[in-house]
Amino acid sequence: MSVSRFWRKIPQRYNLVGTKCTTCGRHFFPPRSLCPDCRRSGNIVDHKFTGEGAVVTYTVIRSASDQFENTTPYVLAVVELDEGPRLTTQVACPIEDIKIGMRVKSVFRRIAADGESGTIHYGTKFVPAE
Amino acid sequence: MRDVAVIGVGCTEFGEHWGTSFRDLFVKAGALALEDAGVTGERLDALYVGNMSAGRFVEQEHIGALIADYAGLATNNTPSTRVEAACASGGLAFRQAVIAVASGMEDVVVAAGVEKMTDVGTGASVDMLASAADREWEGFAGATFPGLYAMIANDYMHRYPLTREQLALVAVKNHENGAKNPIAQFRNRITVDTVLNSSLVADPLRLFDCSPITDGAAAVVVVPLERAREFTDSPVRVLASAQASDTIALHDRRDISTLDASVAAGKRAFTQAGLTHKDIDMLEVHDCFTIAEICAIEDLGFCKKGEAGRLTADGATALGGEIPVNTSGGLKACGHPVGATGIKQIYEIVSQLRGEAGARQVDAEIGMAHNVGGTGATVVVHILGA
Ligand SMILES: [Zn+2]
Repeated sequence: MSVSRFWRKIPQRYNLVGTKCTTCGRHFFPPRSLCPDCRRSGNIVDHKFTGEGAVVTYTVIRSASDQFENTTPYVLAVVELDEGPRLTTQVACPIEDIKIGMRVKSVFRRIAADGESGTIHYGTKFVPAE
Repeated sequence: MRDVAVIGVGCTEFGEHWGTSFRDLFVKAGALALEDAGVTGERLDALYVGNMSAGRFVEQEHIGALIADYAGLATNNTPSTRVEAACASGGLAFRQAVIAVASGMEDVVVAAGVEKMTDVGTGASVDMLASAADREWEGFAGATFPGLYAMIANDYMHRYPLTREQLALVAVKNHENGAKNPIAQFRNRITVDTVLNSSLVADPLRLFDCSPITDGAAAVVVVPLERAREFTDSPVRVLASAQASDTIALHDRRDISTLDASVAAGKRAFTQAGLTHKDIDMLEVHDCFTIAEICAIEDLGFCKKGEAGRLTADGATALGGEIPVNTSGGLKACGHPVGATGIKQIYEIVSQLRGEAGARQVDAEIGMAHNVGGTGATVVVHILGA
């Protein structure tokens, strides 16, 4: 991933900053700059999420792309944030512990290493909340 | 709007073509289709070529022109357009050709699909296929393409009575069909144990739940129905051409286990054709993973949500069954050169409707093709009739 492409998303990736439509109250993470419900009558502002939510579905990745091959196996999940939106994330927990419905919270972690450049990418992962 | 007919089809063998280049694969499929249609290249008004990622698989963009050139059409200056919708690129190329002919703008049109995937290593191809989903918000987090479908499978199995064995039976059935298809990448029969003993890729999906990495090309020729008899005694009519979109990311879907774009495209196709499910004699669906075939059968409305596993176990989707699904062997056994798959589905249905499917022949007058891009962000559905 190019450096500019990565740095552009740092507030979102590091601090779980998404957006909110003040017209209808709907929250977005990943952030959207257009509300699909209100379209042009929507009003989008930044919103920092609390980082608490629950696992909707999950898998254990055993075979990954080159960037992630050193970290397999790892748990990947769709997490629903308490504010409503869903995102795709790794859950840092023993693979036998992951369950649908499990409460999780966000943490700041290393995500992947870029093989060629050696750049380490950081971002948000989730861990069990209890 | 004019009615449209398919007058010729061609397909390379699917598999690892170490000795054949990207352009040669396409030329072979195109030549087979033109020969079958009884038309010569200079009569073509246009080409539409489905291709997902030649830029990354073989570092070549500008595929439309390349293909027209090596098909010998550069001196005719024949227009050629690349069409891209990830794994649905082929179905979409066919739809563009149908629209062009139906509109009256063009008369004799080739729709083709081509992908050369084996020139890169597995890690690189896993990374490329992940770009069919949301690179920024799924891929970055470590999602692989099998991983996303695995999350569909886990959500599905949490909510509906689908057993691991029923899921394996999708692959067993598709290998059974592939064994009877001379162009299939895998022509070996497998058992439930083969699937259950294969290595885990993304829980609960194992290696034999996944379609392979494949090289291949397919092409078909379409013309206005009113002109079809100039070329062939057995034209196949395009009864419906429908397309639908959904969110690019799986996490944004209304329902993880339902491809709403399949539901929408299926409904639009039935409405266009004025047909019901009972009229469809065979289905080619997008089984990039076993769970995808289960969802497709349900989302297209051939049974209720949660019932496709039992339908598969009962043999209803096998060659002799009530509604044969993936007589070609599907993506699983026939292979999945992503850009070519949607055209291969048309090739298979036309072969079946013309009674040319050999050992895998079913009794069919009307067939449906279902081609999915990504995890369901694009779905293309066609209905063809003899
Ligand atoms: Zn809104």
